[in-house]
This record gives sequence, structure tokens and C-alpha cells, in this order.
Amino acid sequence: MNPARRRGPPTGLRVDLMIIADMVEEGSRVLDVGCGDGMLLAHLSRAKRVDGRGIEISQAGVNACVAQGLSVVQGDADRDLDAYPDDSFDYVILSQTLQATHNPRKVLECLLRIGRRAIVSFPNFGYWGVRWQLLLRGRMPVTDTLPENWYDTPNIHLCTIRDFIILCREIGITIDRRISVTHEGKASVFHSTGFLANLMGEQGVFLLSRNAR
Amino acid sequence: MCDTAVTPGSSVAGAGRTVPQGGDSNGPRVVLGVEAPLKLECGAELGPFTVAYQTWGTLNADKSNAVLVCHALTGDQYVLGTNPITGRQGWWPFMVGPGKVVDTDRYFVICANVLGGCMGTTGPKEIDPETGRPYGLGFPVITIADMVRAQAMLLDHLGIPDLFCVIGGSMGGMQVLQWAAAHPERVFAAVPIACAAKHSAQNIGFHEVGRQAVMADPNWRGGDYLRYGVNPRSGLAVARMAAHITYLSETALHQKFGRSLQDRDALSFGFDADFQVESYLRHQGSSFVDRFDANSYLYITRAMDYFDLAADYGGSLAAAFAGTRTRFCVVSFTSDWLFPTAENRAIVHALNAVAANVSFVEIDTDKGHDSFLLDEPELFETLRGFLNGAAEHRGLNGGGGSEG
Repeated sequence: MNPARRRGPPTGLRVDLMIIADMVEEGSRVLDVGCGDGMLLAHLSRAKRVDGRGIEISQAGVNACVAQGLSVVQGDADRDLDAYPDDSFDYVILSQTLQATHNPRKVLECLLRIGRRAIVSFPNFGYWGVRWQLLLRGRMPVTDTLPENWYDTPNIHLCTIRDFIILCREIGITIDRRISVTHEGKASVFHSTGFLANLMGEQGVFLLSRNAR
Repeated sequence: MCDTAVTPGSSVAGAGRTVPQGGDSNGPRVVLGVEAPLKLECGAELGPFTVAYQTWGTLNADKSNAVLVCHALTGDQYVLGTNPITGRQGWWPFMVGPGKVVDTDRYFVICANVLGGCMGTTGPKEIDPETGRPYGLGFPVITIADMVRAQAMLLDHLGIPDLFCVIGGSMGGMQVLQWAAAHPERVFAAVPIACAAKHSAQNIGFHEVGRQAVMADPNWRGGDYLRYGVNPRSGLAVARMAAHITYLSETALHQKFGRSLQDRDALSFGFDADFQVESYLRHQGSSFVDRFDANSYLYITRAMDYFDLAADYGGSLAAAFAGTRTRFCVVSFTSDWLFPTAENRAIVHALNAVAANVSFVEIDTDKGHDSFLLDEPELFETLRGFLNGAAEHRGLNGGGGSEG
């Protein structure tokens, strides 16, 4: 999960990861699901002194994380979230991973069972560049955030920003912040269903919490 | 490597008394359980009893840099340096030593021969003070928890309040889990490698084969062989041969030996060691009996069989770790069929269930269960990262021995 979709120098943080990091409060407890090589966790531990944990599907990623002193286990968002108790984290982060899960709806519900809040980022399939490739070329889109061809992509549940907002509404998740990120890396906060955000955003980043009942 | 760079216990008035080392070079020994015997899980009481151990490095002023290494079934306290019994190198030179992952320039490293062992700690071959004869089968059945209690008593004697890290593979890993469950306040970081929270039916089966081989040897004499001046060599050798196969993997055996013949060009049409693999296993068996006591083998395999950590906590492994603040790093190996990754992952899931701080790495190797003893760079790289991270949280700053 979480293939390298980085911009800028390898030491710099991906744009969506910077936005995510900004959403996390200092000193909180964070679980990063699909933490890759630990770039975000390492940043959060340093910059925000969080008590961070990670789950990563690739063994190479896990070993890289543990080798730099991060607490990471090998595991899978679909299978291994069940083991975690309710409310055990302040934030559960799922960056660029939702679209690769078998059951995104269940995973989302799990995130907000384990964490008081969840932060989710994903490539927006409603992005104009994607629509353009489908509409005019009749081909499955290949973009910076969706770099693989249809036959070797890990992404099996792609969605648009709008789809995501509707799913959150259906399963009782409150969206506290919604941000779209353009191809150039420009982030903008939007509101409601975000017609423009869904067209212009190459990816979406969402801060979520449970509906107050 | 010089042992006992310090003798931290000498000032601590003792839970035990140090045994004069006399002429042998087997390292320090301490008699424990003098005032109050060790209450064993089987109900018996043991005491006084002796624990033989080795140390490396220096305990810092805060006493915060102690690392306990727990040895496996047939291991001993001679982790590095020359083993005085075998004359061979210690069993974990890749992991422990100056500049190694368990850095003796930085940590005070302790390893004790387990209870029931045969390298100086009280076990079935030692003299029962009540009869004046070797215990033999009169020795009480001991468990992993008993071994850990004895180690805790050793730490009390040494004046070490808590451990920076407990680390061990296989049965050593079981002790690590037992330590973390029974003495969470004394374990800052725990590294159980290639182990399980309970011994599987298959593994109990393998152990039973080994024990039956020992007991079927006429020289075993109902466990009284020392009295008769004999030794069930062939039985113990067969036990070791069978066990040794389980420590490797099919791939490792195939790559090492294949069907290659031993010192011959053709099959002998007899029962000599035609194949290299046979010759290798025979050698493993016979060299093992030179250094290991047959009854100890029975007792220690039994301790592993009885290990079921969850059973002590109402059947819930998670309950064994409830509220733990210990930092864990669980390690498994892809080709380990004795303690497969699934068993190690079960430990991880239990730790996740109590929101423990846990890392889990599976090392990709074809060398089987014994990989933890071998030169596995990825194992060292990840554990080095884990221990450095833990040392930072413990306030043990890097840069050899500057702490304290």
C-alpha cells in the first residue's frame, strides 16, 4: 500500500502528508494505517511529539520503520484493525490507502471506532484530468496520484471527493475539515459537496469525527 | 570479553550469597532462596538453589542500562566469548558484543543458565541436599514462569531494580513474554524472537519424540544414570538429531546437503551414513551429548510444553499484557516452521488489543527457526533501530557508555 507518490526532494514531505500533519494536535496518540516507510510518523514524532504507531502491509516498509525507531507492525487495513480496542488513539490516519482496501466502508468505520478522529486522504477520481482521459481518450486514467496502469494497480475502490462525502453522510461520519489539493500542490478548504473541489482537486484530505448522538 | 566488569550485587545485602568460584572458570554463581525458598508452579519448593550467570559491560549509576538475555532450550549463559565447557564460541556473537545490537559498550548484559539447566544452575544433575545424590527425576518439574522467578531473584541479588530490555529467541522468547506479563514494571523493552505464547501440539509432539528417545535408552536407568556412572548417549543424540531438523528448513537442508553422498561415490546398500545430511545430523547428536545432560533435556522441553501464557490469565492473551507500558518488538522468520509467523502475530494482536507499544517484523530468510542465532543483517538493522528508539525514551543517550 501507499506507493511512492511524492513530490519534491525525498527528504521533503508529500503535500497531502503536510496537510495531514497540520491537522494533528501536539502530543496526541496517532495510528498511521498504511504508513509506508514511516515518513509521516517520523515527522509527527519529531515535529509534534506524538505517540505514534503504524501498520504497514509491505514488510520492507515495516522493517524500514522499525529500523528508525518507529513502532510499526506488519498488517493490513482490512484484516488487522479489528484487534485494536475502541478509542485507543486520538487520530487514526489513512493516507492514500482507502482506495486499495477491500472494504473501504468497514475500514472507515473501524478508523472512527479506534480513534476519536480520523484523517483520510485519497486520489480524487473526479479530478478533471481523470475525467479527460476517460472521456476523450477512452482509456483508464494514469496520473501522478494514480501512476499505475489498470492491470497492475493496487487501487480497487477508487472514488470521487463527492462519493466520499456521500458515504460519510450515509454511515454517520462528521466531516470537520475538507481540503482539496490541485495537481500543482495547492491546497484549499472547501465546503458542502464541493463541485469545484471535485473537479479541480487531484486529491482530497478529510478530517473526520463520529456524529454526535 | 571479560565477565563481571562490576559486581553490582555486592553492596546489596542479599537475597543470596555468592559462591566462591574456586578453580573452575565457569563464571559467577549465586545461591538464592536461602531465607525463603522458590515456590514452584508445581507446588514444590526449591531452595536454596544455585544460579550460574555471566555478565558483560558496566551497570551505569542509574542502574538503567541492564539487558537480560534469555537463552533457548539447549543454550546457556555463555552468550559470547569462549564457552569453557565446549571450548567453542558463545552462542550469540552476532547479536551481543561491543558495537553489536546488544552493545556491551553501552549496556550491562546478563545471561543466566535457566532453572533445570545443566551449566551450573540447579537442575536434575545437581546434588539433592536431602539425599546427597543427584536429583535425577526427583527434581521438581519446572516451568517457564519458574525460570523467570529465579531470574528475578538473581536481579534482586544483583541490586538491579528493572531491566532496560529482555531479549531472547525460541524458549528465550517465551521467557521474555513471561517477564513482560509477570513483571511489567521491571521491563522497559521486550524483544521476543521466533517464539509463541503457547507451545503448539506439533511442538509438544516433537518434544515427546525426543524424550521417548532418551527414556528408551537402556543407559537412562529411570533417570538414575549418574548413580550408575553411565549416560544415555544414543537416546539423547537421537533426540537432538530429530530436534535439529525442526530448527532448520527444507530449503536450508536442500541447499546445504541436497542428496550429496558422504565420502563416497556410490550408495553403500547398507545403513551407514551414505548421505551428507545423515552424517551432519549424527555429528550434531554426538557433539550435543558431550555438553548436555539428558534429564535436563527432559525437564526443559517439558517447561516449554507447559507454556501457555493465556491460560494463566483466564484464557485471554491480551489480559496477560493489560495496562503494559513495555515497548515490544516481536520478530519472526518466514521459513520458521517451529514457531511460524502466525504464532508471533497472535502475540502482536494481543498487544494491539491492549493498545501496547509494539513493533513487529518478519525477516525474510530460508534458514528456518535457527535464523535468530545466525548472521541476518536485516534482523540486526531493525533491532538496532528498535533498541536505539527505546534507549532514547529511557534516557540512555547514544555514544558508548556516556550515560550515567
